[in-house]
Amino acid sequence: MLTKYSTGELINPAESNQAHSQESGNGENDLLTGKDSIVIESSNFISSVDLISLWKCRELLYFLALRDVKIRYKQTLLGIAWVLLQPIVTTTIFTTIFLRLGTSQDLTVPYPLFAFSGFTLWTFINSAITNCSGSLVNHSNLITKVYFPRLIIPFSAALATLLDLVFGLTSLVIAMLIYGIVPGWRMLLLPLIIVPTLLLALGIGIFTAALNVKYRDVKYILPFFIQIFFFISPVFYSLSMLPEESVALWQFNPLTGILENFRALLFGLPFDFYSFGVSVTVSLLIFFAAIYTFHRLEDDFADVI
Amino acid sequence: MQTVIKVENLSKKFRIGKLRGDEGTLRDLVGNVIKFPFRKRVKNPEAETLWALKDINFEVYQGDTLGIVGGNGAGKSTLLKILSRIIKPTTGRARLGGRVGSLLEVGTGFHQDLTGRENVFLNGAVLGMQRREIEKKFDEIVAFAEIEKFMDTPVKFYSTGMYLRLAFAVAAHLEPDILIVDEVLAVGDAAFQAKCLGKMGEAVGSGRTILFVSHSSMMVEKLCQTALYLKNGKLENYGATKPILAQYEADYELNSAAEAVSRNLPEIEDGEVRFIEWSISNSTAYQAHTIVSRQKAEFEFQLVCRRQIANLRFNFAIQDHDGRPLIVASSVSANKAAAAVGEGTYRLRWTCYLPLQAGFYRLVAEVASADDDTLLDTWRCQPELEILLSPDELIGEQLQGLINIPVKFDLARDVR
Repeated sequence: MLTKYSTGELINPAESNQAHSQESGNGENDLLTGKDSIVIESSNFISSVDLISLWKCRELLYFLALRDVKIRYKQTLLGIAWVLLQPIVTTTIFTTIFLRLGTSQDLTVPYPLFAFSGFTLWTFINSAITNCSGSLVNHSNLITKVYFPRLIIPFSAALATLLDLVFGLTSLVIAMLIYGIVPGWRMLLLPLIIVPTLLLALGIGIFTAALNVKYRDVKYILPFFIQIFFFISPVFYSLSMLPEESVALWQFNPLTGILENFRALLFGLPFDFYSFGVSVTVSLLIFFAAIYTFHRLEDDFADVI
Repeated sequence: MQTVIKVENLSKKFRIGKLRGDEGTLRDLVGNVIKFPFRKRVKNPEAETLWALKDINFEVYQGDTLGIVGGNGAGKSTLLKILSRIIKPTTGRARLGGRVGSLLEVGTGFHQDLTGRENVFLNGAVLGMQRREIEKKFDEIVAFAEIEKFMDTPVKFYSTGMYLRLAFAVAAHLEPDILIVDEVLAVGDAAFQAKCLGKMGEAVGSGRTILFVSHSSMMVEKLCQTALYLKNGKLENYGATKPILAQYEADYELNSAAEAVSRNLPEIEDGEVRFIEWSISNSTAYQAHTIVSRQKAEFEFQLVCRRQIANLRFNFAIQDHDGRPLIVASSVSANKAAAAVGEGTYRLRWTCYLPLQAGFYRLVAEVASADDDTLLDTWRCQPELEILLSPDELIGEQLQGLINIPVKFDLARDVR
């Protein structure tokens, strides 16, 4: 017997019979098989890439991202200025170094502008990955106390950094105007670049976030890899500065196509569909691989965190 | 009646004990993969495992209110976490027919820097409410929390009471088909608890299915028709509330004698008199240091004497949290007979009826020599004394005031 009622006081026999007959009989009005019903079992990998439930919880995603944004801007005194300070300072430093070295003459745009555009996008990628990878551990109180699709947490962290990018791009446009470059209609195509960038950052972020739950040293290892990533991506240099034969190698880096074509759209240079295609493909691969890994590890989060 | 929750052979195993030294970090993992690339990586077999739940089977019918009782470590929270989908069972399965809302904590997702308004929306979303739903109930939530004026103030400036009221107000307006509640009611002051109980009572009346975990057999008795008793991860009994609670209390009271809290004292030296522990010999099953308002309470104090005293005097004070004495009792006024002690351990019993409202109080015990009025020992007893209302006195709200007196009202039409 499933029902271990020790006494018959509460449920009279007629009622409990009725309950049993319904359960075994017609399944139509059985709540356990209705549309809202939930089955909890040890582990099911059927939902390996569960983006649908993410869409269902989009309001929560929005509120969590909003919370991140509000907290960030309420806590830091400098607020928006802080977001802009990073690319401006790095640009100044790299400009000084590069002008001394005298390697910037073959660029079509002034080097400060060139570097600033790179740092604007890089700052976004960097903070999206960092915020994403720490998000699960930072939200451990949510994970152990309430259920919702866990993917929402790294997603909301990355989405919150999108606002920083908006400010970054605005300042970039201002910088362009200062240098006498009027942004063309091709600026409207920027989402084409931003979407794969976001997917790439999300991919790396989600993967490291899931690992970070179990292996807390990811937090210390990740900055080192991000730094390597920075140097092997054309953030402060252009592919045209590299030796001919290494360009093909560089293009395996999804950020190469993203950064080069980002500048192409900004400064009216020719758009390279090949490198863009590589970027989108690699970014998507990383993204889905990360989500798959995430779902494999997800079930243990609340136990381990 | 339809089955709305069906749990079949549900078990949950936890690994306890330490991880092996070389598997805690990613660096170790990567290092091991490089050193022994072909070795199959097995989990540390020496790690101890613990079955937090073992082969649990039960079903709950729609509209039932099920109270889950059990001692510490019985698996109550694990069961709730599995049913809330926070953790996965090791084996077995559970089926739930409907939207589930779980309240394992008050104020999940609240952030100190956000305003009350922002937190309501965030917390509502975290608990599974739609934005439209929250907007519709917003005024009601604010009214329930009674903090209209502070909705645009960051919650870090709230008092603990305000914070809890707001957090519970959001949770109380959650309307899932199945509501899962952990001992969240155990926080906050008595007035707040009483209000929450009232709201829970409303939920019970509305035909929702509720799972309610508590230490307090009184709350379970008041709210639940059925109860489930977990003991060491196994389902001990399941059925109508009263007999289950009787069984639980009987089991629990066997252990409650050991619950007396010893005072942390250095070695007692010659010439000293010291209280060493206190307990309530007829405490409720809920906690060893809990009594019911206006019912007989038998306080027991153990004291150690290291000298002879011809005439002892005891004073007891019950104070509120500001240290204001509410009730002071002295052995001098009670009976004039001299209490003489020699060296040894004594047990002192103080019986009284405390007509205080529900809440937490400080109990201070003093012993003095009645002859020359020298104070020998003062102890602010640990833990605090908790006073509860008897189940038939619980109403949806906590009345103001400190004293709880029996009242009777008669209303009759005036025919003159």
